[in-house]
Amino acid sequence: MPEVLVVAEHADSHVSKPAFELLTLARRLGDPVAVIFGEIDDTVAKALGEYGATRVLLVADPAINDYLVAPKAEALAQIAEKLQPAAILITSTPEGKEIAGRLAVKLESGLITDATDIVGDGTTTQSVFAGNWTVTASVSHGAPIVTVKPNAVTPEAAPTEAAAEQIQVTISDAAKSARIINSEPKKSSGRPELTEAAIVVSGGRGTGGDFTAVEELADVLGGAVGASRAAVDAGWYPYAYQIGQTGKTVSPQLYIAVGISGAIQHRAGMQTSKAIVAVNKDAEAPIFGLADLGIVGDLHKVLPVVIEEIKKRKG
Amino acid sequence: MKIVVLAKHVPDATGERTFAADGTVDRASSDGLLSELDEYAVEQALQVADERDEVEVVVMTLGPEDAADAIKRALQMGASAGVHIIDDAVHGSDALATSAILAEAIKNAAPELVICGMASTDGTMGVIPAMIAERLGWPAVTLGATLSVADDHVTIRRDDDVASFTIEASLPAIVSVTDQSGEARYPSMKGILAAKKKPVETWTLADLGIEAASVGLDAAWSKVILTTPRPPKEPGRVVQEENGASALIDFLAAGKYI
Repeated sequence: MPEVLVVAEHADSHVSKPAFELLTLARRLGDPVAVIFGEIDDTVAKALGEYGATRVLLVADPAINDYLVAPKAEALAQIAEKLQPAAILITSTPEGKEIAGRLAVKLESGLITDATDIVGDGTTTQSVFAGNWTVTASVSHGAPIVTVKPNAVTPEAAPTEAAAEQIQVTISDAAKSARIINSEPKKSSGRPELTEAAIVVSGGRGTGGDFTAVEELADVLGGAVGASRAAVDAGWYPYAYQIGQTGKTVSPQLYIAVGISGAIQHRAGMQTSKAIVAVNKDAEAPIFGLADLGIVGDLHKVLPVVIEEIKKRKG
Repeated sequence: MKIVVLAKHVPDATGERTFAADGTVDRASSDGLLSELDEYAVEQALQVADERDEVEVVVMTLGPEDAADAIKRALQMGASAGVHIIDDAVHGSDALATSAILAEAIKNAAPELVICGMASTDGTMGVIPAMIAERLGWPAVTLGATLSVADDHVTIRRDDDVASFTIEASLPAIVSVTDQSGEARYPSMKGILAAKKKPVETWTLADLGIEAASVGLDAAWSKVILTTPRPPKEPGRVVQEENGASALIDFLAAGKYI
């Protein structure tokens, strides 16, 4: 079987769920080889092995943390030159896509971004034009480089014994040009990661800036909180939680849109959710065209009753 | 200082967007406009011009005849000049060919700074700035929520889920800015009139020394196999406020969410 490179994202010694999704997809194409940037402990290699990584390559060059994107692309290009993988899979984050773009130029490979599926012959599926069209495509030149959206597939375990190997790379001066001179960690919300959550409760203009009910509903359901661009632009909720074309794309089991009209910009980020509930005062709001359950009414009257009832049922 | 802003002419996202028979975006069937996300790039360039002396803002687009509208809009906002790269052979180019053409055009224009939007609103790949930087060997300072430009370097703030980063690079550099960077100005009547007198050059692939056969649909390194419209969603259940809470509870229970 040919090898397939997978860039495995991790944070605080935990492999992120999209990395397991990539490994699951990579197994359709060949033997997954995971690449990890930064220092990790043994549990990470073990976790990747659980999902079928046959090798785990560690790249710990200091330039990775000191400079934006380019060193990672350079390291991957050197690994790819050595391994000659059948394909390279990267999670569709803003950084992942930039790495993929640089890598496509370096390796002279075709690039497909934001895939929601990939099958054994390399054919990808994408959801485009705000989710209104489905496109299948394939790479016709070089080893395909594909970025895959989080939640594209349910991770399936396939245990192997994967030992971690340190890989030496040479980072050129040209790749050390966009210097990270400061980083301020953000306070964690304590809620599930937005793009990985099974349930997302999202607030918009209709909240009037009060996200209390949105957050409480998310918390009793164990979900993540999102926001529409209108709510973010108004300064009511941080940009990191924006759902839509210029924010995150989510595809949870359940999406609850609260006080969100459902402009095209928002629909682009949530249209592929499995089930959609909308609460909005305006019966004409386009969000109702997507909703499995639509509630025409005041969120401040509906949500508190629901939250209390869920709490009661949970005891 | 010379700044090039890369601007794309895209189908209006609020209209019906479709594909042509060859699998490319159908640009003929709907009205196009300057990609909203590129307006933020124009705005940031104009702010630099407002703050500093002798800044020339050149808006550059790659696209068919209609794409001239994107240049016009940027000129109305206040850009000083336009470059329209137009050539029939470009139709169907992938991001690799697009970035190769733009990289050559940037070399030709020889700016100190290139500013881009975070992505186009049609293709939404968000890879062009990184690809151009890779080709030119320039720093890419991407996804700036803020941008400040000094004589010899640029600084941005870039936010991701876990941290907020300050990133700096020497000029020449390529920058992209997000929709958080500040609302784009609306053309004034004076700007609309002035735009008519601003110079717009047209460049062809031959002008840039690019082989026509190296770009376009046939030379693309990825191929669209099939485009399918998403089937319309079955209408869901709609209830009024008085039944809202109980309907939602039942829905959550039926789906085993609670």
